[in-house]
Amino acid sequence: MPMLSYKDVFLTYRGTAVSVKALSHFSLDIDPGEPVAIIGPSGCGKSTALLLAAGLLQPTDGEVSIAASKVTKPRFETALILQDFGLLPWKTVYDNAALGLRVRKFKRSEIRQRTEKALQQAELADFARLYPAELSGGMRQRLALARALALDVNLLLMDEPLSALDALLREQLQDLLLQLWRTSAYAQVLVTHSIEEAVFLGRRIIIMSQRPGRVAHIVDNPGMGSTDFRGEAAFYTKCQEVRAVLTAQSLKGAGVAGADVATGANADAGVSRA
Amino acid sequence: MRKLLSYLAAIAVILVVWELAALMVHSPVLPTPLATFPMLVRYAGALAPDFLISLYRVVIAMALGTVLAMPLGLAVGRSPRLDTLLAPLLYILYPIPKIVFLPVLLVLLGLADAPKIVLIAITIFFQVLVTVRDAAKAVPEASVLSVRSLGASRLDVFTNVVVPASLPELFTALRISSGTAVAILFFAEAIAGSTGLGYFIVDAWGAIDYPRMFAGIISMGLLGVALYEVFDLVEHRLTRWRSSVRR
Repeated sequence: MPMLSYKDVFLTYRGTAVSVKALSHFSLDIDPGEPVAIIGPSGCGKSTALLLAAGLLQPTDGEVSIAASKVTKPRFETALILQDFGLLPWKTVYDNAALGLRVRKFKRSEIRQRTEKALQQAELADFARLYPAELSGGMRQRLALARALALDVNLLLMDEPLSALDALLREQLQDLLLQLWRTSAYAQVLVTHSIEEAVFLGRRIIIMSQRPGRVAHIVDNPGMGSTDFRGEAAFYTKCQEVRAVLTAQSLKGAGVAGADVATGANADAGVSRA
Repeated sequence: MRKLLSYLAAIAVILVVWELAALMVHSPVLPTPLATFPMLVRYAGALAPDFLISLYRVVIAMALGTVLAMPLGLAVGRSPRLDTLLAPLLYILYPIPKIVFLPVLLVLLGLADAPKIVLIAITIFFQVLVTVRDAAKAVPEASVLSVRSLGASRLDVFTNVVVPASLPELFTALRISSGTAVAILFFAEAIAGSTGLGYFIVDAWGAIDYPRMFAGIISMGLLGVALYEVFDLVEHRLTRWRSSVRR
């Protein structure tokens, strides 16, 4: 039984003047404990797919389910990390990390124990009383991670969590994400713009089409799982493979001659006047 | 320490300008600072009850206006439907100077505390309502989403995100409107009743007792400064996360 399952999902954002089709015929199954990376052109609906899984959006058509039950609202065993980390500037590091547990009405003693452990895992134990504004970008990212870790989830959703960080820091945090995933049992969905990041952190790399987004291609990546992978030739080859598929996708979307137009990517650009 | 020094320097500048202005005007209606302070001491006993009455009126009125406006502002700011419903009403009512209703309130509510408190409360109500609504509207959607994704209820989102995010703007509104509140208070007390600093000032004016009048004016000024400073202090207390950045 898949952990997370999208069945022929459609999602249309209805504005007052313009409706935008973000997803159409989006289908994907993710197994328990599986790490998956989603990559695709800007505006292809990657983030929308995550918000659906988090229960923050409802599909226009189709079904999103977790462990065989339909997702209708945020669920306690799922954590979501957003691009700007979603930290609350008015709460200390500790209070930010404890927020999920407090909202879920855990017992006081358990909140303290779990929060302290999560801060330790994220190497933030010494900074518990600071505010997010006093932290570096990498520390803020680790705090967002600590908040998710404290919840002991079985599904971790991340929307370009590292995109604001510089290259070296980014690799360090990728290592941390990989280690944390290996020591826990959660399924992980990472939305990213970076091919290297997708190959480093995704056992399967889901390549999405232009908007309205659907799964255009899936690249299997059994070699991932070790922090040394980044230095191996197989890593480089896999990046090339993903790059080639992505390039073909963007050619299709741009309507370049010779690209496969049978998918209807041109005919249905996704934006229609309501 | 530095803040205290710059504060003292500002007071010194004000006293010097005042002294020069008094010397230039050279009229009993504008006494020098040196002549005024003995007056303040001399009239302290007479001023105290009126000061306390004025303080009571303005504090109650501002509290009343805020308590009513804050939840409504948060709700309107977070609910597009409520906003569409109430926005046109606000656009019309907000710019109306509420003080013109003073005669109406005096006839309806008598000459005592009630009309003064209600008039100031109405003014503060609209200031706070509009400011808090705009602040609640501007809360970053990412903060709301991330808290909701944790399974937070609507109430959790309000207490953890919307309220703290709106606090700085609330206090800005309160600080700015504390001046307006004292001005309205002066006007209302001057026109009706026989208590409060406004009455004290106008009464001394009528008696051509300029030193007494000026002691009243300075007291009313101090009332305004005190309110402003208290709001500033409370804001710092409640929004510590902002001052932490400047360390």
